Amino acid sequence: MGASRLSIAYDQLITESGLTDAALDTAMGELMSHSLDLGELYFQHTRSESWGLEDGKVKDGAFSVDRGVGVRAVTGEKTGFAYADSIELPALLGAARAARGIAKSGQNGSVRAPSRVTAESRFVAIDPIGGLDEAAKVDLLRRVEDVARKADPRVIEVNVRLSCNADTSLVLSSDGVMAGDIRPLIRLDVSVIVEDKGRRERGSSGGGGRRELGWLLDDERCYGYAREAVRMALVNLDAVDAPAGPMPVVLGPGWPAVLLHEAVGHGLEGDFNRKGSSSYANRVGEQVASSLCTIVDDGTLADRRGSLTTDDEGTPTQRTTLIENGILKGYLQDKLNAGLMNTTSTGNARRQSYAHLPMPRMTNTFMLAGDSDPEEILASVKSGIYAVNFGGGQVDITSGRFVFSSTEAYLIEDGKATVPVRGATLIGNGPDVMNRVSMVGNDLALDSGVGVCGKDGQSVPVGVGQPTLLIDEVTVGGTQA
Amino acid sequence: MSEKSSNASTEYDNAGIEAHLSELVERIMAEARSQGADSAEASASSDRGLSVNVRRGEIETVEYTQERGFGVTVYRHTAEGVCKGSASTADDREEAIVETVRAACNIAKYTQPDPCSGLADAQLMATEFPDLDLLHPWIPEVDTAEAMAVACEGAALGHDSRITNTEGASVNAHVGSRAYSNSHGFIAASSGSRQSMSCMVIGQDNDGMQRDYWYTVARNARDLLSAEEVGLTAAQRTVARLGSRPIATGRYPVMLSPNLAIGLVGNAMSAISGSAQYRKSTFLMDCVGKTVISPHITLREDPLIPGAMGSASFDGDGVATRAQAFIENGVVNNYVMGTYSARRLGLATTANSGGVHNLHVDARTLPFDDLLKELGTGLFITELMGQGVNLLTGDYSRGAAGFWVENGQIVHPVEEITIASTLQDMLMNIVAFGDDVDLRGNVRCGSVLLEEMMVAAG
Repeated sequence: MGASRLSIAYDQLITESGLTDAALDTAMGELMSHSLDLGELYFQHTRSESWGLEDGKVKDGAFSVDRGVGVRAVTGEKTGFAYADSIELPALLGAARAARGIAKSGQNGSVRAPSRVTAESRFVAIDPIGGLDEAAKVDLLRRVEDVARKADPRVIEVNVRLSCNADTSLVLSSDGVMAGDIRPLIRLDVSVIVEDKGRRERGSSGGGGRRELGWLLDDERCYGYAREAVRMALVNLDAVDAPAGPMPVVLGPGWPAVLLHEAVGHGLEGDFNRKGSSSYANRVGEQVASSLCTIVDDGTLADRRGSLTTDDEGTPTQRTTLIENGILKGYLQDKLNAGLMNTTSTGNARRQSYAHLPMPRMTNTFMLAGDSDPEEILASVKSGIYAVNFGGGQVDITSGRFVFSSTEAYLIEDGKATVPVRGATLIGNGPDVMNRVSMVGNDLALDSGVGVCGKDGQSVPVGVGQPTLLIDEVTVGGTQA
Repeated sequence: MSEKSSNASTEYDNAGIEAHLSELVERIMAEARSQGADSAEASASSDRGLSVNVRRGEIETVEYTQERGFGVTVYRHTAEGVCKGSASTADDREEAIVETVRAACNIAKYTQPDPCSGLADAQLMATEFPDLDLLHPWIPEVDTAEAMAVACEGAALGHDSRITNTEGASVNAHVGSRAYSNSHGFIAASSGSRQSMSCMVIGQDNDGMQRDYWYTVARNARDLLSAEEVGLTAAQRTVARLGSRPIATGRYPVMLSPNLAIGLVGNAMSAISGSAQYRKSTFLMDCVGKTVISPHITLREDPLIPGAMGSASFDGDGVATRAQAFIENGVVNNYVMGTYSARRLGLATTANSGGVHNLHVDARTLPFDDLLKELGTGLFITELMGQGVNLLTGDYSRGAAGFWVENGQIVHPVEEITIASTLQDMLMNIVAFGDDVDLRGNVRCGSVLLEEMMVAAG
């Protein structure tokens, strides 16, 4: 399976560019004529298409193609990097000469003959753009809009966007790796504004994954997003001011796992821990969360947005246990940081494109299910907040401080979710908050497939998931004392 | 470094590159015509740069960037309106141009007609292209950039024994050109440079680690702050965060540092943008003629300042930019509009397709120390976290860190708090701005003092 992905990638990126094995050898030889620990060529071709509906009309559509090669040269902790936005030998050699300047010339780095990496297939190796024709895509957007408009007369604005991406990559490195991946990515976003008695509120929903476009139509999934966006907007029409200060918070299953992405995931990326800049550095074996918490990163999940067959260094993805029963087990690694920390890559090297350097990044990060009935969790809270939808989050990995902002939340009064509250930012310190997780539900859910993670200016698609959780105390940034 | 980089140079043939890009956009326009587009616009760009990052006195990464790209939008005119399609690529070979235009034309076959879509009116096209002094190319040798970054980081590391770790210092040099053409026969090209230096270090005390950073950016490398000043400021800001103490949840006056004040002004500008108006997605609907911000405040655009980061003589539609006040003495004069949003609102474009060009804040302004005195007892916020700003409702709730102030004096750092209010109240409750104006970006203002916000603390 992996081999066939590699064959497709080789044909599309190497053969169709007029290159050969001999040309790749020449480029690798040029790169490794300096004393490097690792030399790497990363070829990529992406095609993207998006369609947008606004005001009842599908009025914009865009298509783009990007193709190029990134050349990385690593010696110790040093990296030289250059790239070319075309795949041809002169440009490739030019990039190799620029990148290798990081190390001394005169002594060659060692090059192992490439061996083809095989990895189990995690999703279809297709270009999803052709999965529906243009007329069918336009029709899909209009029907989704129609469902949203008909769901409630208070809907005044509907925006729908369909994005499809086809990404073919091939990585060849001096340590003998040759791997290819074909990664489809689709996504549908629905955003609505409702108005009632002069008050306007927004609701949004969406989903996707590494799938064929037809998946959006299965079981009327895309209409479900429309109804969900309207439901959320209508809830917010009744929202009252959120309370301010520390209090118990129950997080719903699925997307609220933005918590784990910010409070745990980023802080466990290998680069920050190698440099000692993360609040989790040198803490493997310590209790960093309550014993109810087991958190993994898993790039192998079938069809998920954050999944990869092989990562952007050609390492097959895996399930990595980050925290087990509250104890810190390990970090997310790429080759550079794993090598410097005397361990091995966990298949978490990711890059936005050939024009960016790879770094340790999350794939799909989630907490395993616990034993509690979600109803019991809510019932256990006398007074607090029940938050089921979130916008973005952010973390300062050095202090451990993180935030995430609710977009749908309710007051908990005497064990019951009651009135909705306006969006509020929750703030805490990763290990502190994770140690206050006192109940974990049996209802693990993964998000619907819309997550984007940013780090050092690079964006990559990710997934998150969790069961319902109770955190005994976290600071809620409302406006009511 | 034993080998000098092959593309290190201070020479930049902007005339040659602009001519090449102009020729490219003309080829794209010709192809769009030949494939039957009723009208079209095309843009092309070429950028290159060097980024050198140093950590613990040693090079960590050397990155050479080199980007090209072009985009085309074609319009198909029908009785009910204009259908639009866009496509882009980095590949400027003839067959790629043909294919990219074909992809755009194909999309325009399926998009629905929109009476407001299409090019800006021909008579609005910019006709004068003054030299805005935006180009001071400087692509240093790797060792020059390395030496600057090492000096910058060294100044930070040597400042205080509590600085125990570093995320490093970096020097970035960038130069680029772009060309734009549309079916009105408009064609223009421009070039600009951008150099920057930044440093981030980590401080530690018994309570844990804190980090902070500082940076300098300019079109001309000569205008950058010195490496020592950037490093020292990063270190001072980091050390100042150590030893935070808790405060009580409550309502306090809040002052935001200049980089955050810029964000608040940016929120106000987004709320009066034409696209937010026609999408009904702003808390300031139908606000022309209404007072939306403290009456001592005027927000005005000055697009032709020589050497400024945001300067431009034409906007993304080719329309000539102009000096204008969007908000005058607290009252909204006009929305911030490009061609499309203006048509949607039945108004004239303000030449802001792509945003504003150099926004000035004229307001009641005090020296920084006097602003702190006027704050009295409350918070001086230097960092905001997260995206808790809802432009539709105005709800505002964000993570924050900064300093507790008593009687105009900074007393101790504060972290892990939130500040919350509504943008409506925040804008109306602006007491004054500081004279510590941040000139590094497109919006220029100093610290801002707000009467009161809700502060939640753990």
